[in-house]
Amino acid sequence: MDTTAQVNQRRLAWRSAMQALGMLPILIILGIVFELMSGRFLSVQNLSIVAQQASINIVLAAGMTFVILTGGIDLSVGSILAAAAMVAILGSKIPEWGMLGIPAALLMGLALGFANGALIAFARLPPFIVTLGSLTAVRGLARLLGGDTTQFNPQLPFAFIGNGNLFGIPWLVVIAIVVVLLSWFILRRTVLGVHIYAVGGNPDAARLTGIKVWAVLLFVYCASGLASGLGGVMSAARLYAANGLQLGQSYELDAIAAVILGGTSFVGGIGSIWGTLIGALIIAILSNGLILVGVSDIWQFIIKGFVIIGAVALDRYRLQGSART
Amino acid sequence: MREPTAILEMSGISKTFPGVRALTDVSLTIYPGEIHALMGENGAGKSTLMKILSGAYHADPGGEIRIEGRPISIDSPLTARHHGIATIYQELSLAPNLTVAENMLLGREIKTGPMIDRASMESACRSVLTRLGVTFRPSTRVAELSMAERQLVEIARALIANSRILVMDEPTTSLSSRETEALFSLVRQLRSEGLAIIYISHRMAEVYDLADRVSVLRDGSYVGTLERSEISAERLVRMMVGRDLSSFYKKEHDAKGSRGPVMFSVRGVGDGEKVQECSFDLHQGEVLGIAGLVGAGRTELARLIYGADRRTTGEIILGGKPLSIDSPQDAVDAGIVYLTEDRKHLGLFLDLTVRENVNLNVLGRDARPGGILNLKAAKERASAAIRGLRIRVANDLVTVGSLSGGNQQKVLLSRLLETKPRILLLDEPTRGVDIGAKSEIYRLIDDLAKRGVGMIVISSELPEIVGICDRVLVMREGKIAGEVGGVGHEPVTQERIIAIATGVREEAA
Repeated sequence: MDTTAQVNQRRLAWRSAMQALGMLPILIILGIVFELMSGRFLSVQNLSIVAQQASINIVLAAGMTFVILTGGIDLSVGSILAAAAMVAILGSKIPEWGMLGIPAALLMGLALGFANGALIAFARLPPFIVTLGSLTAVRGLARLLGGDTTQFNPQLPFAFIGNGNLFGIPWLVVIAIVVVLLSWFILRRTVLGVHIYAVGGNPDAARLTGIKVWAVLLFVYCASGLASGLGGVMSAARLYAANGLQLGQSYELDAIAAVILGGTSFVGGIGSIWGTLIGALIIAILSNGLILVGVSDIWQFIIKGFVIIGAVALDRYRLQGSART
Repeated sequence: MREPTAILEMSGISKTFPGVRALTDVSLTIYPGEIHALMGENGAGKSTLMKILSGAYHADPGGEIRIEGRPISIDSPLTARHHGIATIYQELSLAPNLTVAENMLLGREIKTGPMIDRASMESACRSVLTRLGVTFRPSTRVAELSMAERQLVEIARALIANSRILVMDEPTTSLSSRETEALFSLVRQLRSEGLAIIYISHRMAEVYDLADRVSVLRDGSYVGTLERSEISAERLVRMMVGRDLSSFYKKEHDAKGSRGPVMFSVRGVGDGEKVQECSFDLHQGEVLGIAGLVGAGRTELARLIYGADRRTTGEIILGGKPLSIDSPQDAVDAGIVYLTEDRKHLGLFLDLTVRENVNLNVLGRDARPGGILNLKAAKERASAAIRGLRIRVANDLVTVGSLSGGNQQKVLLSRLLETKPRILLLDEPTRGVDIGAKSEIYRLIDDLAKRGVGMIVISSELPEIVGICDRVLVMREGKIAGEVGGVGHEPVTQERIIAIATGVREEAA
């Protein structure tokens, strides 16, 4: 009797440790596998490249985490990124005041996120429909802004963001880290954060409690829009250019995949920003590792898709037995 | 009446959840043709035991389940059904968008070739429904049925599957008294047909009425079984609580509260639909009951006062000043809070921790500048609430969804009390709550009245209304039809309340 109790105890401790770790083991296993297969994956230089490639998706996925935690979805992040990047490039061409491109792009993202949020919070339209509409409309806006051509600025005043380092760490990575830390702080250390989880977990009870549900919804779509605007700045700074038609195509899918890989519940109320970070890193490692190993572009798509489904399936299996009573 | 061989024997059943031992070495023996009541406080393990029987949970290794003497293993709801065990849950598990017949035969549809054979399905269902004496047809969509009728569909589903053991978990919670009577005679009919019925209930009167034997669980352990002749309220309560409950209802606060100063007035409040021009006063430290039949507009009136629904007429006056309440937020800010009757869907955040739930209303009040959480205050409030209301929980970081009904209700109450309300609207404050927690909630209401909080208690349990309220308003068809207790009115009795609620007697409000 005593020994079975001990075994049970140990099993419970193991299970709760696994839950806390989430997808981290998968991330580590992928890293080891790619190192063994290519021998170059775990170099400082390569890891720095992976981090830079992940950075924009991490920023978008952080905003997406807020939205999905309320039980919503934001399909328009890729389009908003394109529109914001376009604004950033156009703004950077203002003589003497080229740095204005950054705040202009952020404002663009914020305004478009606000428009999404207002339709969802006040007009009570379904998030999927609203952001599906803006996915299309904002894509058009991005093309309109750039006259449907690629806009260049070889003398980009904020090019350091895309290509420079701060104390040896790429600026893109620094920005991603700051966004993650800020998101963690908002979600776990502010009243607003608890309200986001509450609205996602039980919207009816949240309203009856006296939580301003509309304000929470408005905030999360603004946050996602702002994150997309920031992603636009990062993207423009890396490329010295923006193209309304191609930039940010299907970025929303990578962002959503990162959030879901991170264990955030699709119906809202459960999840964390650390999970999202790990999810985004898994996606970046997959892309980078498969290239290093020499897998063709076509097979990369197929393998990535299966890994996303498999990882989430594994996660469900792992969490079995801890079901709520 | 009892046949010699047991149809079901459960022995040595234990169940451990992460951090909690829900059942320890529980045994239960059920005979065919008996109604076996299963009682115990919330959290005593009744639902867990039944979920093991129905295959929703797996018991820890070591226990044994026998059907007619043969050991079986139940590893899924499907095997449970295969062994003739059917469960009718508190939360009904029907698909409202499907028809009665489709629900009854879900997963076992009758087919001709690959095609579904609706005609055969409906005729198979019709014979069972006739046996139950129901009036709706197999082709009716479940969404069109009342709660009582849906329950009949669940029972019919169990019968069509040739179930021999029927588990009913608090089946009368959402039924009117007439529907309850009908259900009882049906249950008795099923007993005479030889089914074994395991009947979980908190209501003593139902157990008196129905049960052939009663088994009691306490803190996850089996306490004992009483034969019909041995059943008495005192004995059952002692077995369930492990101590005597000398005075169940508490009314120690000044019963003259109804003559004190008026603190809160409702004038002509209505929504032009379900609630018509309701007016009343609430005195300082008074417990004011609102009685009435289901559908009389009691909950709707409370929601109008709280700002949860839009009112079209009337005004609300607190401390002599008219309030403009347009949303729950406004009400909470004014010191008026509302305990919902539906704590799982409208009250609690089941995925959040006890600490977060307790603090949810006062996070903003406690917060540091910039809306930054005051973690220390939150922790202290949660531990004080757990101690003060005797919430049984390992620590304040477990999710509320894992608690029993009584403890969930205490968490919800403590969330409201943290706001230091002046007016408390309590809608069915003890629904789905065990006897121990009930008496603690009554004591809490009494204490709050002593401190001058005004309370409005909506309840369908008349003994509760009579036991704890100073004065009672009776609603009928959206209006306040009468008043008992208080100055210039007859004293509060169940008979008077029923007479007004059913319209047997008119009385001016």
